Amino acid sequence: MSYVQTRLIASTPMRFRLLSAQGLSDRALAWLFVGPTIVLLLAFNIFPLLWTIYLSFTNFRANRPNADTLWVGISNYQRVLGDETIWENFRATAHFLVWSIALQLLLGFGLALLLNRRFRSHSFWSTAILLPMMLAPAVVGTFWKYFFEPQYGIFNYIINFFGGPGTFTMLGDTQLSPWAIVLVDTWMWTPYVMLLLLAGLRSIPAYLYEAAEIDRASAWTKFWRITLPMVMPFIILALLFRTIENFKMFDLVDQLTNGGPGSVTELASIHLKREAFEKWRTGYASALAIIMFVSIYGLSLVAVRFLDKVKQR
Amino acid sequence: MKNIPLSPLEPSARSKWLAGSVVITYAVISLIPLLWIFMTSFRTPQDAIAYPPKVVTEQSLIGYVNLFTTRSRVSAEELASLPPPKTWYESLVRDQQMILAGPSRFIDRYSNSLLIGFGSTLLSVVLGTLAAYAFSRFRVPGKQDLLFFILSTRMMPPIAIAIPVYLMFRNVGLNDTHIGLVLLYTVVNLSLSVWLLQGFMDEIPREYEEAAMVDGYTRWQAFVKVVLPQAATGIATTSIFCLIFAWNEYAFALLLTSGTAQTSPPFIPTIIGEGGLDWPAMAAGTTLFLLPVLFFTVLLRRHLLRGVTFGAIRK
Repeated sequence: MSYVQTRLIASTPMRFRLLSAQGLSDRALAWLFVGPTIVLLLAFNIFPLLWTIYLSFTNFRANRPNADTLWVGISNYQRVLGDETIWENFRATAHFLVWSIALQLLLGFGLALLLNRRFRSHSFWSTAILLPMMLAPAVVGTFWKYFFEPQYGIFNYIINFFGGPGTFTMLGDTQLSPWAIVLVDTWMWTPYVMLLLLAGLRSIPAYLYEAAEIDRASAWTKFWRITLPMVMPFIILALLFRTIENFKMFDLVDQLTNGGPGSVTELASIHLKREAFEKWRTGYASALAIIMFVSIYGLSLVAVRFLDKVKQR
Repeated sequence: MKNIPLSPLEPSARSKWLAGSVVITYAVISLIPLLWIFMTSFRTPQDAIAYPPKVVTEQSLIGYVNLFTTRSRVSAEELASLPPPKTWYESLVRDQQMILAGPSRFIDRYSNSLLIGFGSTLLSVVLGTLAAYAFSRFRVPGKQDLLFFILSTRMMPPIAIAIPVYLMFRNVGLNDTHIGLVLLYTVVNLSLSVWLLQGFMDEIPREYEEAAMVDGYTRWQAFVKVVLPQAATGIATTSIFCLIFAWNEYAFALLLTSGTAQTSPPFIPTIIGEGGLDWPAMAAGTTLFLLPVLFFTVLLRRHLLRGVTFGAIRK
């Protein structure tokens, strides 16, 4: 027995000495430390998930808990995928996803490139820009409703100030409403993309640009050959994270348009809430929930892969 | 002299100036909505719906008074027959042809948000710290899979979890209770807490604990007396992120609470009240709700990137 171990045992109180003497302590401690987290996640995530899978094969309705629950096989899934309105919801979701994320990437990358020039007070302004992304989406939705008011909303006033069409209702118009949610989401989440891409820009080693300088490469070449390829993993990461978040996005749209007018902004998640908690078609809603979960899980796998890739920088 | 760039990579003064002005323009435009809500909270209901919108208006606390009280409308004769108002806010209410009926539910909802926010933050950070330490220091079988599993729970759509959780809570009587939401938010925050804290733990050199253990500390003592103080910044950062999540959460609160345990986010939209026009009260509620988050965001600014990428990117 080495000097170290002797000292260790000599000065350890009895109850700890038993554990450490057996050499089991670290392993036991590891389970003791990880255990509660795993148990809670199993109870509140895996168990509910399994329950949802079970429910998706039944005709259960949560507002009639005492009615007989019948096993209906895959018919809920068939109904979800064969439902014409679902495809409209997915189209609305796709419109929202594609446009909001495209705008956020464009604006976010532009801002990151500019902030990377480190002008005076750049860190103050980058913090100022970041503020919207930390706010509660539901509350953001509520106060943007005020700006979009057709009679007195400041958004409508500003559009009309620059020669807008007079009275128009952003949230009541089937043409405009899908753009209202894109606009507010872009306002809120452009900072997020900016933050990620700024980190990407700052991870590019300076010697690459120095070498390009010696080769007298043009600014254009430097952007295409160095900046863009080096930032690409960060762009993909931002893209994946925003896609996952916006695919399951509920709170902002629920408050801003509640899916309306009609169902033009009824995203898949809003539809899910209506089926589950307004129409109480629990079995059907569970099938939809599982379909959404599987799609998001696939994306998450890819996202984690990229997270590892970016982490190595 | 000062126009000579330090290195060929240093952007020219002109390009800096141009970049600065574009960024500042964007920042100012994107902050107008927040500023406008703040200003609206100090306006009268009439000024809040004026067209064209007024920038400079009479300042009034009526929004805040309406936010914290309930009122009932009375006839002019009745109003005249009352004794003179005792407080400044009572007279503000009287000016609107109304009398005070009692406090509103805003304080309850706000304190629910505080209670549930702090409760779930405490739990998820304590559990997260333990798990993160284990993942950082011990050989945990299937570690990568476990970590991915923990992160993946964050990616589930909230409504999808809400269906079975609603049924589960109904069976055990946890619907519309504080403890139910605390547990749920704890679980949702665990993924963030474990991932973030593992990053912070990895940055603490193992030599510190090893030295302590050579000096006779047990693993547990080394963890408490050496690692935890070193991880203080990380723990504080993680706590704030968890707190902000719980503070902002809407979907679960909307579906799993209705009265007793309701938090602010589902409540604030309902403030608008009579005729749907009490925008100053809504703005006042929004201002009081958003201010703590704005404060914490500024406090956290160096760690924001880390927080929103689950600790993967550290800058």
